[in-house]
Amino acid sequence: MARVLVGVKRVIDYAVKVRVKPEKNGVVTQGVKHSMNPFDEIAVEEAVKLKEKKLAGEIVAVSVGPTQSQEVIRTALAMGADRGIHVEVPAAEYELLQPVHVSKILAKLALEEKADLVILGKQAIDDDANQTAQMTAAVLDWPQATFCNKVEKTDAGLTIVREIDGGLETIKTKTPAVLSADLRLNTPRYATLPNIMKAKKKPLKKVTPKDLGVDTTPRIEIISVEDPPVRQAGAVVADVDALVAKLKEGGHV
Amino acid sequence: MRFQGLLQLRRLATAATLRQRHSSHIRTLTDTGTHTHGHTVVRTLASSASPLPELTQITDHVQRGNYATLNDKDVSHFEQLLGKNHVLTEDLDGYNVCFLKRIRGNSKLVLKPGSTEELAAVLKHCNERKLAVVPQGGNTGLVGGSVPICDEIVISLQRMNKVLSVDEVTGIAIVEAGCILENFSLRAQEVGLTVPLDLGAKASCHIGGNVSTNAGGLRVVRYGNLHGSVLGVEAVLANGQVLDLMSNFKKDNTGYHMKNLFIGSEGTLGIITKLSMLCPHESKAVNLAFIGLNSFDDVLKTFVSAKRNLGEILSSCELIDERALNVALEQFKFLNAPISGYPFYMLIETSGSNGAHDEEKLNQFISLGMERDEIRDGTVTGEPGKVQEIWKIREMVPLGLIEKSFCFKYDISLPLRDFYSIVDVMRDRCGDLANVVCGYGHLGDSNLHLNVNCDQLTDEIHKRVEPFVYEYTSKLKGSISAEHGIGFLKKDYLHYSKNPVAIDWMRDMKKMFDPNGILNPYKMLA
Repeated sequence: MARVLVGVKRVIDYAVKVRVKPEKNGVVTQGVKHSMNPFDEIAVEEAVKLKEKKLAGEIVAVSVGPTQSQEVIRTALAMGADRGIHVEVPAAEYELLQPVHVSKILAKLALEEKADLVILGKQAIDDDANQTAQMTAAVLDWPQATFCNKVEKTDAGLTIVREIDGGLETIKTKTPAVLSADLRLNTPRYATLPNIMKAKKKPLKKVTPKDLGVDTTPRIEIISVEDPPVRQAGAVVADVDALVAKLKEGGHV
Repeated sequence: MRFQGLLQLRRLATAATLRQRHSSHIRTLTDTGTHTHGHTVVRTLASSASPLPELTQITDHVQRGNYATLNDKDVSHFEQLLGKNHVLTEDLDGYNVCFLKRIRGNSKLVLKPGSTEELAAVLKHCNERKLAVVPQGGNTGLVGGSVPICDEIVISLQRMNKVLSVDEVTGIAIVEAGCILENFSLRAQEVGLTVPLDLGAKASCHIGGNVSTNAGGLRVVRYGNLHGSVLGVEAVLANGQVLDLMSNFKKDNTGYHMKNLFIGSEGTLGIITKLSMLCPHESKAVNLAFIGLNSFDDVLKTFVSAKRNLGEILSSCELIDERALNVALEQFKFLNAPISGYPFYMLIETSGSNGAHDEEKLNQFISLGMERDEIRDGTVTGEPGKVQEIWKIREMVPLGLIEKSFCFKYDISLPLRDFYSIVDVMRDRCGDLANVVCGYGHLGDSNLHLNVNCDQLTDEIHKRVEPFVYEYTSKLKGSISAEHGIGFLKKDYLHYSKNPVAIDWMRDMKKMFDPNGILNPYKMLA
């Protein structure tokens, strides 16, 4: 049965207001609540579903990042993954780590672990890059099925419904393949108490990019991180005439 | 795009049909202009766009009081005082109909004063002319206290919506009565404080209304009632006098504590315009457990264990029974329950200053409960997004019941030992006449929300439910209204919880404050 590799990234929780550091070289992460990238939760859920349908044998959850990344691996384990691999990148270096690095790491692990399927979230909600799945497929030279809305096993491989502009597209692919999970693929389960406890005992291996032979030398330099422009306050006008006058004044009509 | 936006999209896609049906009632929210947040939309679902109820004056045979009738001169006087834009005479359904769509008044005029002085001038005129008024905040009350019964003038506080100051050092915030609770809360958060009050209607309800009705909610177990957190109020009396009881101190034993008269008097003694509130520091770490239990006995044991083992960090302890949860899940498909198949569920929240410490305590509490087989299953999280998601389940329970069909809602305090028995007793009494008889509520405060949901309000079921529910509560020395107040719907039952001497003194007090009885008539003591 197939082995599935899922990528889980630790990001600032979606319910937290993100603040730019006063030095403008990044966002405040110290003392800020983090959680698993929501799209990665969907990826984990899909892998667990495959396992429940006996279409997958083992689920390996991988996270790349500083020590705290192990928290999201534990979450994945509590949701139903079997073991975890933490690829440790120190916090200072992590800020400059890009999808290209992560995809090389994932590709290497996919081969090492003899994975038949790599499922990733379509993008992370912190950098919004939406590149890792595509690049991982490229590095591996495997087929890719991005923005999955539905994944079905067929004799020949997988039939996948993809979310595309203006509708859905159905494609077929052979395995091994790289999938990226879109929002409507499934609703992730909550980790339940017995599973949270079990997860504490599941194996979690630590490796470094160097162990995997992946060069993570930064390829970018952060010049500045800015807040989005603040929306201008609106004004109340007395009547339609005043509104029309204002619109004309602003050159809108 | 932050994930929340996408998540809302998914939710709203499923709720789209519902929302269309309710779009007519989004007024309360759009008026505030600041609420584009997805879940505010979801919250409005409760006010369903079913046809307007019959006028309450007719259905409940209300004899109009001896008040003057509004005339054109009054209206133009008000227009002079407030400006034309703030005197409404058309499209008043949203102001006339209560949140539950149970009460419908027939007011012809809505006034929106922008300051204490304007409100004072309005009341002075009303008092001289003997025109009855009803103060209105977010109109989310559940006992018909914020809507007119006959033709009272609606005084909406929605323009007086500013947070005037928040003192980071003392934790004291000064806020105008019409400020929406959630806006107040967000403003307090900016400086690391939290409003000691949280309830499902936070996106629409006004802080002035909360204080006037002594609203309870989800945080009472931690921060206590508003009598403690509200340090002072400013109120306009019936004759237009401004009574300034503002205070910036927790300790102030100078004379009678008159501000307490305005907390919970439901606008019958005066209209609160401003208040100062002591806001505790926001907890750095919030953890939430959602657990399933097999019996009410296990619920009680778990509650005691929570008190003992979570002690000072316990910030909420809520109960939802299976039937109540299922109605919410049925009505709102976007909700995702962590577990299923248990007769009882509890939400236990901790708030503290040290995440690791709190988590350890909570985990210990949970393993203890699981070892004893009291806690059967559940989930626990410290992630803010998940915490919100789980709280949403609790918040949608009351709305699900309203959305389903007609619902009798009771809000009673009962001794914990007998806390849940009334639900089973009531279910037996109602038999096939009811769709769902369920209970949920603030277990930590001995406050049960008993709900009887039926296809429609009929005399037959009404007689099975009332006055039995009040008699039962009274026998156990409980309160017939723990946090919702008396308003119009419960005025006939006040005597179940207050003795005649007490009620007489209340009447005398009312006469002294409002000799003409113009403030919120037909309610509470009527």
